[in-house]
Amino acid sequence: MAGEISVEQIADDMYSMVAESAGQKKLKATDLTKAMIAKYGDKVTKQDAKDAIKQLIDSGRCIYGYFGGSSIEIPHTEGAANQ
Amino acid sequence: MSDELKTPLLDELEKGAWPSFVTDLKSMAGKSNMVKDLLRQLEKSYRDKRGYWKHGGLVGVMGYGGGVIGRYSALPDEFPGVSHFHTLRINQTSGWFYTSKALNELMDIWDEHGSGLLNMHGSTGDLVFLGTVSDELEPTFRAVTEKGWDLGGSGSDLRTPSCCVGPARCENACFDTMALTYNITHKYQDELHRPMFNYKYKIKMSGCPNDCTAAIARSDMGVIGIWKDDIRVNQAEFANYVDSGFNVQEFVVEKCPTKCISVEGKEIKIDNSNCVKCMHCINTMPKALAVGKDRGVAITLGAKAPIVEGALFGSVMVPFMKMEPPFEEFHDLLGRIWEFWDEYGKNRERIGEFIVRIGLATFIEGIGLDPIPQMVKQPRDNPYIFFEEYYKEEEEK
Ligand code: HEM
Ligand code: HEM
Ligand code: SF4
Ligand code: SF4
Repeated sequence: MAGEISVEQIADDMYSMVAESAGQKKLKATDLTKAMIAKYGDKVTKQDAKDAIKQLIDSGRCIYGYFGGSSIEIPHTEGAANQ
Repeated sequence: MSDELKTPLLDELEKGAWPSFVTDLKSMAGKSNMVKDLLRQLEKSYRDKRGYWKHGGLVGVMGYGGGVIGRYSALPDEFPGVSHFHTLRINQTSGWFYTSKALNELMDIWDEHGSGLLNMHGSTGDLVFLGTVSDELEPTFRAVTEKGWDLGGSGSDLRTPSCCVGPARCENACFDTMALTYNITHKYQDELHRPMFNYKYKIKMSGCPNDCTAAIARSDMGVIGIWKDDIRVNQAEFANYVDSGFNVQEFVVEKCPTKCISVEGKEIKIDNSNCVKCMHCINTMPKALAVGKDRGVAITLGAKAPIVEGALFGSVMVPFMKMEPPFEEFHDLLGRIWEFWDEYGKNRERIGEFIVRIGLATFIEGIGLDPIPQMVKQPRDNPYIFFEEYYKEEEEK
């Protein structure tokens, strides 16, 4: 059922995914949402996933990136940046 | 390096009849090193025939995944003024109405925090603040939001919705374009600022089929005003056109794409059942003809420019929908479209490409729309099609 897994838990799981794939694959909001639904089934709704992403972004743990499409990433200095 | 600004190639662009951005930039170069180095770097690009910009994908403001477009110079030592040259999209007003007070406030902010260069309006519709450094992004954002403005969209999100002036100035408007734009902008703040789609999604509102926002070519979803009843006719004004020597036959009757207009004496007759609402006759004789009274919108989906795949025009999905606040039927449809595209679309696949890939029939079934005859591109040439609804189990026995 929805609500069984806390938004914090989902956010932590998403964060681990983003951290693990950093530098290898850029994950989008839909990738994270689909992964959580695959993992928890109907214990997680799309809205829970949205709220979790919101929490990751608003807390500064993750940031949005854009390279062709938008992705969710761990904050870091990008290669293109000038001082 | 000399401080003198020499731009022989750019100077060529000042020749000719049209206003030149080079002239504009030069007028500001004295005040701003950023603008001066922008001209210098551009001149070098013209000379070397290559661009010297790097795309920055991570710059932005806290909490937002869109609205800032990061750019860095590839030659920061040579052109320190444009080492960072980020752009901010500022969500424009519906119908692009501003007071000069509001514009002055915005420009004071931008003179303080950025290059002072403004583009009105970008192809997305936004006011485009061109050129600032990373450290100024948050202060600029704070300053504009304090005055009641917000950033627009960029990336894989709902792009800043935009519309024509509609009923504010135009008698052709078949719905309140500005009201719908305002409504969408406020209702979908998350979709606008927190990229959650496969790719960008643009919605443009045009009040009538003249389509002044070019929604049919430039938006994933075009909302275009239309009427269902008859074109309104003022026969006395029509007679005036004839009396004034205007060649009604050549310029109106023969130009009607479906040839549904006829003239008897000084009277015009329109076979409205064959009118395709192209607007030609109304545009040509605005005093005699006007859009009908039973008004709503047609909704198109799928237009896009050629980035990943080729260019596409939008196709009509809904030929007529009433459009009155709170626009429930519209939001309901939009929700179904996003849900379906989200579920089955691929990364960087625009809705138009998605429809082409899965087929229109599958798509409209997926979003719960009924097919209409106009969706048929050509008669079927494959006789081996199985129509479930005409097939009855018993007949097999
Ligand atoms: C090879 C280089 C480039 C390509 C292929 C490119 C392509 C594009 C495309 C296709 C768009 C339209 C996106 C859309 O709204 O659908 C766009 C918009 C934009 N680009 Fe570029 N671009 C390039 C370089 C640059 C550079 C060097 C800058 C700035 C220094 C820049 C700044 C912008 C801005 C500000 C917009 C938004 C304009 C608006 O909203 O009207 N681009 N670009
Ligand atoms: C000049 C004479 C004929 C020509 C050119 C012709 C041509 C064809 C062609 C092109 C097909 C379709 C093959 C496909 O599915 O790709 C076909 C299928 C067939 N033809 Fe003919 N045909 C001829 C005469 C006949 C006659 C005289 C009969 C029966 C008395 C016949 C019975 C069938 C049947 C049963 C099929 C299969 C239909 C199916 O797919 O279920 N054909 N024929
Ligand atoms: S699209 Fe139609 S209603 Fe809107 S400004 Fe153009 S002519 Fe007027
Ligand atoms: S709107 Fe176009 S199709 Fe309709 S009557 Fe006028 S010219 Fe003909």
